[in-house]
Amino acid sequence: MTMNITEKILARASGKTRVSPGDVVFVSVDKVMLHDVSGPGVIAVFEKLRKQGMKIEKLWDPSKVWVAEDHFVPSADQVSAQNIVMLSNFTKQFGIERHFKYGMGQYGICHTLSHEEAMVLPGEMYVGGDSHTNTTGALGAFACGLGHTDVAYVLLYGKIWFRVPETIYFKLNGKLPSHVMAKDFILKIIGDIGTDGAAYKAMQFGGTGISEMSVEERLTLTNMTTEAGAKNGIIEPDQKIRDYLALRGATKYNEMHGDRDAQFEKTYEYEASELEPIVAKPYSPENIAVARDLSSIVLDKAYIGSCTGAKFEDLQAVARILKGRKVKVRTEILPAAISIFRKALDDGLVKIFMDAGVMIGPPTCGACCGAHMGVLAKDEVCISTTNRNFPGRMGHVESKTYLASPLVVAASAVTGKITDPRDLK
Amino acid sequence: MKGSVIKYERDNIDTDVILPGPYLKIHDYNELAKHAMEGLDINFHSKVKEGDFIVAGRNFGCGSSREHAPIALAYSGIKAVLALSFARIFYRNAVDGAFLLPIEIDENAYKEISEGDVLEIETSKNEIKNLTKDTIYKMKPFPELIGKIIAAGGLFNYKP
Repeated sequence: MTMNITEKILARASGKTRVSPGDVVFVSVDKVMLHDVSGPGVIAVFEKLRKQGMKIEKLWDPSKVWVAEDHFVPSADQVSAQNIVMLSNFTKQFGIERHFKYGMGQYGICHTLSHEEAMVLPGEMYVGGDSHTNTTGALGAFACGLGHTDVAYVLLYGKIWFRVPETIYFKLNGKLPSHVMAKDFILKIIGDIGTDGAAYKAMQFGGTGISEMSVEERLTLTNMTTEAGAKNGIIEPDQKIRDYLALRGATKYNEMHGDRDAQFEKTYEYEASELEPIVAKPYSPENIAVARDLSSIVLDKAYIGSCTGAKFEDLQAVARILKGRKVKVRTEILPAAISIFRKALDDGLVKIFMDAGVMIGPPTCGACCGAHMGVLAKDEVCISTTNRNFPGRMGHVESKTYLASPLVVAASAVTGKITDPRDLK
Repeated sequence: MKGSVIKYERDNIDTDVILPGPYLKIHDYNELAKHAMEGLDINFHSKVKEGDFIVAGRNFGCGSSREHAPIALAYSGIKAVLALSFARIFYRNAVDGAFLLPIEIDENAYKEISEGDVLEIETSKNEIKNLTKDTIYKMKPFPELIGKIIAAGGLFNYKP
């Protein structure tokens, strides 16, 4: 019997020679991540356990834990400010050294740091206190989001249970056309299979279209496997991944690969040349339409931000559209990490954005989850490079969010209506 | 376990409506309870009673990993959510944190159970009695490990 990459990593991490879908295993975790929402959540779990008489003096292995500040930073209010203090005290108390603090050099959205800073490596068993932890699977790791209790358990014991998932394989043939991005492909997939189409399962991507795709674009695919309900998204590591990580100082790791004839529960095949710009309408990522069919939708705002849509190449795509043009609606660009902001500055993208009339802000999850820094008013309509558009996701429960690629969002910012980048004059 | 039903006849009830994003900074469980279901039903907090059950459709709890979602429901008094299916993180958060029981029901039970019905759930028999309608439904049995974690009172009390 053969194993695919997800099964190989779960087998290795659980000390077994083989596992099959449906098996329940306790795995040893290689890396675990917390942020300014899940961190205080874990602290609350520790408090609860202490009240039940448990002694908590040290973590299983602080060197395997890393921390990001991203959701409510720059501190949205006094409660969020207090959470940041609490988080700092926590990392100090337990000796966690990798804590990316805002306003002290590199910081950003946790999932972006996971690859920008090579915090997670191919073949690793990685869990994090955030649902989009799936993102990092594009590097060839098993990456999965968990809640506070589970993360607290990992922090104390270094282990957690998983049911070995069935894997659905998505094969992309050929290179994406220049007006189509990975975001269009993943929205198309979610539209095809639904928001529970991969519930409890692994989503693996492969084929010539994935080999052709850049690392950052691959990360957009695995990022939004969460929106299809998947346990993890994963891509077999190749030379592009090795080069990407080497640039970030990481050269030593144990890559895992699936067997040549590995089995999948189901395979979906897509022709890259047939894909086109896609938009997910309110109020679900599965509610997709072709961008050109929505050209009558008038917008109040365009948002370029988040772990999904504010990586460096996302900003480059936006700059290609905005160069020499002006925006017609309120447009906000928030690079997903300071390192990306810096690159955007060095490469002249920031000037292009400012000439276009865009507001540029610091990395934060704020507006993506409707928390702060640019939330929507009642009835406002937004087009966004983010990942969710549930009722109230980005502000008022009667605001509307359309999800799209950075190219579509930028083109729409220029016209004030939903626009296919090919139709821009 | 006996309680009455609050029914939402819809699929994909997501964590953004169960506990909206702006409240993620809050970690006081009783405070979170005041905002439970706020994105879908602004009257939830005033109508929910200790021991109530929620009945809903497919993919309950989809979206984020926020444990705030099962916490807000549990501290509102909800003892179980009965749904056609659950999203994975909500399901394991509910079980591992011992907040509430995520119970999978079939289409027939979902259709028949009405708002206000009084149910008695016997997980040992995998049975749901509808005392109002004098009917019995089967619930989907918990997978082995899930059953053991529930019996232990959460992941921290479970000894592998």
